[in-house]
Amino acid sequence: MKAALTAIAAAGASAGPQRQAHIECLLRLGDTSLVLGQRLGEWIGHAPALEEDLGLANLGLDLIGQARLLLSYAGELEGQGRDEDSLAFLRDAPQFRNLTLAEQPNGDFGHTIVRQWLIDGWQLQLYDALQGSSDARLGAIAAKALKETRYHYRFSRGWLVRLGDGTAESQRRMQAAIDGLWRFTAEFFTADESERLMAQAGVMPQLPPLANNWLAQAEADLEEATLGHPPAVPYPWQGKQGVHSEHLGHLLAHMQHLPRTYPGAKW
Amino acid sequence: MVSMGHEMAAGMAAPTGEAARPGFAVGAPGGSVREFPAVWAVLEQVADPEIPVLGIVDLGIVRHVRQGGDGVLHVGLTPTYSGCPATEAIRASVRSALDTAGFADAVIEEVLSPPWSSDWLSARGRQRLLQFGIAPPTHTVGSVRGLWRAAATVACPRCGSGNTERISEFGSTPCKAHHRCRACGEPFDAFKCI
Repeated sequence: MKAALTAIAAAGASAGPQRQAHIECLLRLGDTSLVLGQRLGEWIGHAPALEEDLGLANLGLDLIGQARLLLSYAGELEGQGRDEDSLAFLRDAPQFRNLTLAEQPNGDFGHTIVRQWLIDGWQLQLYDALQGSSDARLGAIAAKALKETRYHYRFSRGWLVRLGDGTAESQRRMQAAIDGLWRFTAEFFTADESERLMAQAGVMPQLPPLANNWLAQAEADLEEATLGHPPAVPYPWQGKQGVHSEHLGHLLAHMQHLPRTYPGAKW
Repeated sequence: MVSMGHEMAAGMAAPTGEAARPGFAVGAPGGSVREFPAVWAVLEQVADPEIPVLGIVDLGIVRHVRQGGDGVLHVGLTPTYSGCPATEAIRASVRSALDTAGFADAVIEEVLSPPWSSDWLSARGRQRLLQFGIAPPTHTVGSVRGLWRAAATVACPRCGSGNTERISEFGSTPCKAHHRCRACGEPFDAFKCI
């Protein structure tokens, strides 16, 4: 399987829906990292303390690094001459495949932490499983990203507990953030046709078992933070399929303004 | 002083069986002999742009120097962190060092697997960090479990006191965290264990 996939990638031979699904899955991972990284960048100079300013910027830097690896790969697999930059800067919102949660606005520091903790938890499950992917290149990217994600998770989980089990005001804000963001987690492990195809090929893990692991970990964290989560709700957001909330367009306008206004501009 | 305990030696030997791991061979008596010593000598001279006292070989990011089937030399570099902005500067420095030394034909390639670990810092690299005022990694990561370990006591690189506190898990570069010494009052950077 590994050899077969490599051959497909190298020859650029059309495997039709198979290759399209492969690209889709890479974009979902890469775009989620990119969009979340961009959101974290908005904190630079605005975090409650210099240390947390550095922390959020560092997280964003790792995420954008991961996005570069994933988007470069997606572009190569696509074989139409698009590199990481053209994928990041020259696509419109419906072409982005990030989780809807990643594009949600920063809100206050607690809100950002909850969003981060949720996505860190999602990435932990996926990257851990992806280390065994039949796609060796994706496996290598996942192994590298996993180390960084563990570090991120320690940071976000640490703040979740400190602020959740903190003052009445910090607890109130954390709970409000969870109540507002929890609904987006329905998208985490709901597999669609692309993910099912890639799971069959051994490129992606089976998502449903990961959902249980993630939920168990999240509930343990919440208990320590003296917080709870609202019940699951049916969700209308399908960022993974390109159907986004209104926030992504604004984020992209900001992120893409320069390369679109001055095509080919260099520092 | 930086000591190389048993645990550390074990941790360094652990990741995949690639011979002559750069960070390992340096300062390890009886370590495997490297091929292409002239190329390694050139690479030894290339410094990390953000921590100039540290050479890239001591940092453990030079993964291999080998001859491909085509007779061309391949130099494998791995990034420390996916988003480390120094990665491209390092690549450019290596390129120019190789060109200047007459290895203009050598190809530089990126290696992602296995991912870089702070375990790969050489003994000399750790020494240099300490002299520069940066606390070297306190423990080996080795296994996955190591990443979850509670932070060990980080000794102050200036006064040596163990009475220090972590200010932030993140510092001025992706590879460092921020600490403060309660004894001498000085803030300092510590290399993250990853």
